[in-house]
Formats: sequence, structure tokens, C-alpha cells
Amino acid sequence: MVAYVIKRLLLLPLLLFIFSVFAFFVIQAPPGDFLTSYIAELAASGTSIDQQQIDALRQLYGLDQPVAIQYVKWVTRVLRGDLGVSLDWQRPNLQLIKDRLILTVSIALLSLLFTWAVAIPIGIYSATHQYSWADYLFTVLNYVGVATPSFMLALVLMWVAFKYFGVSVTGLFSPEYVDAPWSLGRVIDLLKHIWVPVVILGIGGTARLARIMRANLLDELRKPYVEMARAKGLPEWQLVLRYPVRLAINPLISTIGWYLPQIFSGSLVVATVLNLPTIGPMFLRSLITQDMFLAGAIVLIYCCLAIIGTLISDILLAWADPRIRMEES
Amino acid sequence: MQEQPILSVRDLRTYFFLDEGIVRAVDGVSFEVRAGEVVGLVGESGCGKSVTGKSILRIVEPPGRVVGGEILYRPQKVSIQKAQQANGFVDLAKLDPMGREMRSIRGAEIALIPQEPMASFSPVHTIGFQLVEAIRLHQAVDEEEARLIALERLREVGVPSPEQRFHAYSWELSGGLRQRAIIAMALACNPALLIADEPTTAIDVTTQAQVLNLLRSLQRERRMAIIFITHDLGVIAQVASYVVVMYLGCVVERGPVEDIFHSPQHPYTQALLRSIPSLRTPPRSFLPAIEGSIPHPFNRPPGCPFHPRCRSFMPGTCDRQQPTLQPVQGLQWASCFLLHPAPQGR
Repeated sequence: MVAYVIKRLLLLPLLLFIFSVFAFFVIQAPPGDFLTSYIAELAASGTSIDQQQIDALRQLYGLDQPVAIQYVKWVTRVLRGDLGVSLDWQRPNLQLIKDRLILTVSIALLSLLFTWAVAIPIGIYSATHQYSWADYLFTVLNYVGVATPSFMLALVLMWVAFKYFGVSVTGLFSPEYVDAPWSLGRVIDLLKHIWVPVVILGIGGTARLARIMRANLLDELRKPYVEMARAKGLPEWQLVLRYPVRLAINPLISTIGWYLPQIFSGSLVVATVLNLPTIGPMFLRSLITQDMFLAGAIVLIYCCLAIIGTLISDILLAWADPRIRMEES
Repeated sequence: MQEQPILSVRDLRTYFFLDEGIVRAVDGVSFEVRAGEVVGLVGESGCGKSVTGKSILRIVEPPGRVVGGEILYRPQKVSIQKAQQANGFVDLAKLDPMGREMRSIRGAEIALIPQEPMASFSPVHTIGFQLVEAIRLHQAVDEEEARLIALERLREVGVPSPEQRFHAYSWELSGGLRQRAIIAMALACNPALLIADEPTTAIDVTTQAQVLNLLRSLQRERRMAIIFITHDLGVIAQVASYVVVMYLGCVVERGPVEDIFHSPQHPYTQALLRSIPSLRTPPRSFLPAIEGSIPHPFNRPPGCPFHPRCRSFMPGTCDRQQPTLQPVQGLQWASCFLLHPAPQGR
């Protein structure tokens, strides 16, 4: 088990290197650079900038050098713990990302929690009461949930909240807390707002997970070990929760890892619609303005989270399923 | 005078209600089991022998349901409310399958050795966990005492170094050991009646013989009754003292093992016995098989279920009326119009 985790951890730098190369070159791929879009923006607002200034800036940022050299310079700085300065915001990237990252991760984790807490019981109920009216009801709701794009749900919810309750559900904080430093009051205020994006982002995943849980459990319920447990005289609920549910959940554990990055990218549109101070909208803007160091930093952090998420789910799976544990050792 | 039975199945009917129609998997089965007796339940695949076993345990899964008949069981240890009893018998068919009474009988009084020992342990729980669970369900013992009982059971069924196997997972054991572990689990609470559903089909012949010997010696030591479900007449001859032959959900013949093997009365039993290869048959001769195949469950022939494949088929009788099980000689019963002429004038 320990060897397994260490083996996985040793792979981490290699994966990160591959991802960083890929990320950097993809970000560089569009024609032009930050200055091109900067000049265009200035021109649009009526200001002009002379060529000498542009060349100076280009030299300052190292934009006049070949891409490979830019990458090496960037990576060496990252390795030293310096994520660079945002060209667009003119502030250190780390500082820009930090606050938003905390909010993004909390939304992601909370919606993961919401998804599991709602989907697993629904899946269990549907499977154990297959073809009952409640099962059909959940099935219909699940299809609706899967088919509804989350930004659409966000728009509808905003409209309903505004039209019928007169409240605005955008943002994560009340106006008085938006720029306030972290305090107990701010956390409570956050909790009052955060459930909206959590539910919106979680609905689709909940529906999908409930379907999968139902199907997995139906498969497991037909296995002989269930009959054997029943023949022992175990009460039905205890039996279902102890054996087939345990086995039906195992394959789902490995999907937690994919779920985290999916929430990040999925939250981009929803975060824009709901005006959430998360990383998504910032990432979008950094791509539009070709603020490559900020975009690179964000992609790198996404990759880290994806790798860590996969690692966590692999460890969880090995912990939950002795078959995997033994195979690895 | 014969000993009183501990189980008396009377006209048991278990039907499966499918969208395509009703499958009468068990359609009027009657037999008795006495303490310390091994009753063999034989028949081809799909004749309802397994469903009969599951019906007794009341673990038939939907859309299947016990719809009629009585399963009279005399509890040996478990006390059941007086209201449920008559002359010391409980009618299991009347109990709630998931209710407390039925659950207190399952595992403690009547235990199951399932058809597939390979898949009958949960792969993510240790053998020990599942054994201890079975023991603690029915006996007021703590974790440690249960562990000692479990180790004792594993030793009894001949599992070497039980302390190690206790912490093993089922897929770490060989087929034979797994079957032994399953038997240990079935015996965990010293049941009075064991339902062994084809316990030897999934294992190789050498191990088969060992498992059969084990079951026989355990049965003798404990004076345990066994309902032995199999399609293998050779196995039946080895273990059973009484045989119930089933065809399409009905009992066609039943009797002491010697009578069934030496003077089978029903044409189906006769055909079954003919189809066993013998050492004395000349080489290169064809193995006699029963002609035709089992009818589709939705297409149950009218009258005697066996008449389309029967050599002694009597048109006008066998395809019109259903014969009933009647005594032939001694303890041997059969349901055939050759032995009991059909009532006239119908």
C-alpha cells in the first residue's frame, strides 16, 4: 500500500512536466501575444502607444525570444515558487489566484459532497425498489437533470429568485463582505450564498451518479453472495448496505478523480453567469488577453488538482477494495 | 411407525409473474424430510428443484412468489410465537419472507449451501467477517467467542490453518477450500436442516468426492437432515436415503433410494436411469437419451407434463388429465396413469 502511494507520487513530477509543456504551447499557439491584444485594447479605447514603448515592453517580458526559451524561463521561475506576474493585472499571479482558488475548491468539494449525499441514497432506493413509482419518478428526474445544462439552470434559478422572491443570487458574498478580510461573519455570509452554485453545479453530476449507482447496484443484487447473506438471516436493509452497496460504490470511487477537474471547467460558464469570484472567469479572461503567465499558472494548478484528485481516488479505491490492494503489492 | 418429519412440504406452488406470462416453476410439490435423513431432489435443469429449495427458505426473488401450499417446519431451537404454530409446526409459507420469524429460522434452523460457492462470498469482506456475522446473528456471543466458533467450524470442515484463512478473502482460496468455507458458514449455527443446492457441480471430481464425504460425515455426527438438490443421479445414489424426482415443477416419483434405483415406476425415472452410462454397456454404443427436450416454461403441455416425451404415452388420457402422486408400493409414490388408471367418464 505504502509502496503503491510512493510509486504514484514519484510519477507526479513527470506528469506535471508533460502537462506544463503542453499547456504552455497551447497557450502560445494563437497568433500574436499579450502585447498585440493590449495594443488592440488601447486602440479601442482611443489611446495610442508608440513602437519604442512596445519594443521595450516586449523585451521586458521576454516576448521577443523563441517560445522554447520563454518556456524554460517560465518553468525555472515556477520551480523556484514564483508563478510570475500577470501582464494584464500587473499583480503577482499567486496573489490573484489564491483567494479565488480557495472559493473554487470549496465549491467543487461541496458540490462533490452534495452529489454523493443525494445520488447514492437515490440510487440505492431506485435499485432496491426497481419499477416502483418512486423509481420511475427518480428516473424521470434523473434524465431531466442530466439533460439540463448547468448554466441554463443557473439562469432559470436567477430569474425565479429575482422575479418571485426579489433576491439576487449572484456572487458569493453580500455587498458589505465582498472586499472585507476573512472573518467569521464573512464565512457565514459565504455559506449563505455558496449553496446556489453548489446545487447548480451538482445537479447534473447527481443525476448521472444516481443512474450509475442504480445500475451497479442492480447488477450486484443479482449476485449469489446476496442470496447467501439472505439465507444467513440478515435483515434486508443491513444486508443491502453491507454487501451489494459496498461493491456497487467501489467503481464510483475511481471517478472522484475525474470529477474535480470536470467541476472546474464546468464551473466556468456557471461562474460567469452567476458572477462568482472563482478561477473560471479569470482563466477565461487571461486566455482572451493572452496573459500567458496567468493562464499558464492556472492550467498548472488545474493539472496539479487533477493529478491529486486521481491519486486520492486511487488510494481510496485501494483502501476500499482488497482486490486492488493485493494486486498492487 | 415412522418418525415424525421435521419438514413437510405440501402442494407447494411457486410461480414467477413475468411480463410474458406466469411461469409455474414449482407446481404442487409434496414431500417430507425426517431428522437425520438425506433427501435427494433430482431432475433436469429448470425442473424447479432449486426454486423448491429457495421456497423453503423463503428467499425466492421477485417476480417469483410462493403462491400456495404449506411448508410445515418443526423448529428445533428457535421459539416461534404460539399463534404461528400448530402441533409444533410452523407454516413457513405463511410467514413474512423478510420478517423476524423467518429470519430467525433462516441460517439458524435451515441453512443453505448455494449453487455457486465461487461467488457466494462477498469479495471485499474476509471469510472470517462473514462467518462471525452468521454466528452472531443467531447466537448471543461476543466477537471473540464468535471468532473461536468460526475457527472451530473451519477446522471441522477440514480447512487447513484456519487462523490464516480467517483473514483471507474468498478469491484467495482454491475452489475446494472455498466450498469448504461455504459449508462452514452454512453450519455456523448448527442448523437442523441443510439445503444443499448442487453443492458439487462447480468443483472438479476429486474435490467433489471429498466434499460429499465431508457432508455425509457431518450429517451423521450432527443428525442433521439434508435436502440434496442435484441433477447427478450418481451423487444421489451415494448420499441420499430418500429420492424425490421432479419434472417441470411437479413431483413425478418419490421413494427410498433403493426402490427408486432398482424398481423405478414412472417412465421419466426409468428413462433417467437408462441414460446413465454403465461400465457394462458395450463400447461404441449410443448413450440412451430421453427423446425431445424440456418444453418452454410458457408452453406447459396439458395433462401429464411428461407425455410429449413419454414412451408409454396413452393418447386421450395422458394429454387430457393430470395424474396425481399416489402410493405404489411401500414408501414409493408415483404419478402416472399406467399405475393408477385415470378416473373414467370425463
